[in-house]
Amino acid sequence: MGETVYTKDHEWLVIVDGVATIGVTEFAQEQLGDVVFVELPDIGALLTEGDEVAVIESVKAAGEINAPINGTVVAVNEILADEPELLNSSPEEGGWMFKVTLDEDYDISELMNKAEYQDYIAVNA
Amino acid sequence: MSNASDVKHTKFYDYHVEAGGKMVPFAGYLMPVQYAGGIMQEHLHTRDKAGLFDVSHMGQVVVDGEGAVAALERLVPVDLEALAIGQQTYATFTSEAGGILDDLIITRWSEHCFFLVVNAACKEQDIKHLRKYLGDLEVTYLSGQSLLALQGPKAKDVIGELTPEANELLFMNGFHTVIGGIECYVTRSGYTGEDGFEISVKDENALALADQLLAYDEVQWIGLGARDSLRLEAGLCLYGHDMDVSKSPIEAGLNWSVSRSRREGGSRPGGFLGSGQILKHLADGVAKKRVGFLIEGRAPVREGAEIVDNQGNVVGVVTSGGFAPSLQIPIAMGYVNTEFCAVGTTLDALVRGKNRPMTVVKMPMVPQRYFRG
Repeated sequence: MGETVYTKDHEWLVIVDGVATIGVTEFAQEQLGDVVFVELPDIGALLTEGDEVAVIESVKAAGEINAPINGTVVAVNEILADEPELLNSSPEEGGWMFKVTLDEDYDISELMNKAEYQDYIAVNA
Repeated sequence: MSNASDVKHTKFYDYHVEAGGKMVPFAGYLMPVQYAGGIMQEHLHTRDKAGLFDVSHMGQVVVDGEGAVAALERLVPVDLEALAIGQQTYATFTSEAGGILDDLIITRWSEHCFFLVVNAACKEQDIKHLRKYLGDLEVTYLSGQSLLALQGPKAKDVIGELTPEANELLFMNGFHTVIGGIECYVTRSGYTGEDGFEISVKDENALALADQLLAYDEVQWIGLGARDSLRLEAGLCLYGHDMDVSKSPIEAGLNWSVSRSRREGGSRPGGFLGSGQILKHLADGVAKKRVGFLIEGRAPVREGAEIVDNQGNVVGVVTSGGFAPSLQIPIAMGYVNTEFCAVGTTLDALVRGKNRPMTVVKMPMVPQRYFRG
């Protein structure tokens, strides 16, 4: 199991063998409220960091998810189509959103580790 | 516009925070958009039990004086003469061009005295409007008055224990009463589609009244988020979204809010601001109209989404939309060209470049459960 890293947009990434599994954090799901729909990218989609890649719709509003890193989408969590509420109940496990194969020279030095992310939300919450 | 330093609090602010309220600026007040339970839970609680809403940000205004009926009737297309004492009516303040300046509830307190509840965001403008047109009458803004709404099927059980006569009220009627030593004005009305009550109470007694209501297990605070999803399911308009000064009450589908006596052929036709245009809309029909939609699939369609016909022509726009917790599907309302207004018409909403099929349905989408005796 790779280390989990975090973005300032409250996404998490677990990178194993050049494939990142990506989702949103517990903090993000609390902010979103009850999730009712998740729009996921197409498999094969080429992502550039910062592109809008997915949308999470809660009862309240729509929240855009931007690609945290360059790469190609290789899998999406199909279960979310029928059970979008997994994003609330298990955002960092069962509620993962999509997997991306990373470009060979990927760089996660800008991303935070768990402790840094905890500090970040403590300051920005 | 007000800046952050003069954002107001209602008397219940500390109660909201204590209940886990997520406070957001709304019409110049910090109001709870949701509490710890979240919008879905709060919505379903209100449909199942009794939800307590702080609506103290709304404007409570009293119009008093000889000639109040005739003077107010210049501003609303409603038969106030026929309103019994203690009876309420829905109304719109119409503009000279026939648009809607605000919507409100008018209660007759006595022969020449009316109690108005207007939208928070419009209240300053409404008071100016009233003072401009009702020169000789007393227009009093009840700045020291709070307003609570208790909504849902258990509301009558709670209110019935506290002030039994309230249960004899029919929908859209009110009376002065005392709850646990506190004087209030209670009406059987609300904005959720449920049976329920609104209670106007002096600020200094507001918390003591809330304490009495919250003492019941079936009563829980409900935020603005669920208030919005509840009223959307009930087919009720939100001012500034589903209607505004650019829409007539007829375009807004509020034909029923124009009293018979104020229409062509009635006993006192016209005579209200914009009556020429509004009566013309009634007689000749309108080019676009507000309708309700059920959306296929699970993706919510929100305010601002374009509506297209089967050829892809833009024929309307969504003015309110979201996920309906009671139906577990997305619903919306919006304006479409009249040829597409018939129930059963299929159209698409454009959401992030995707077509989301939807069908025109009769409103309300969730049956109203008002108590009419």
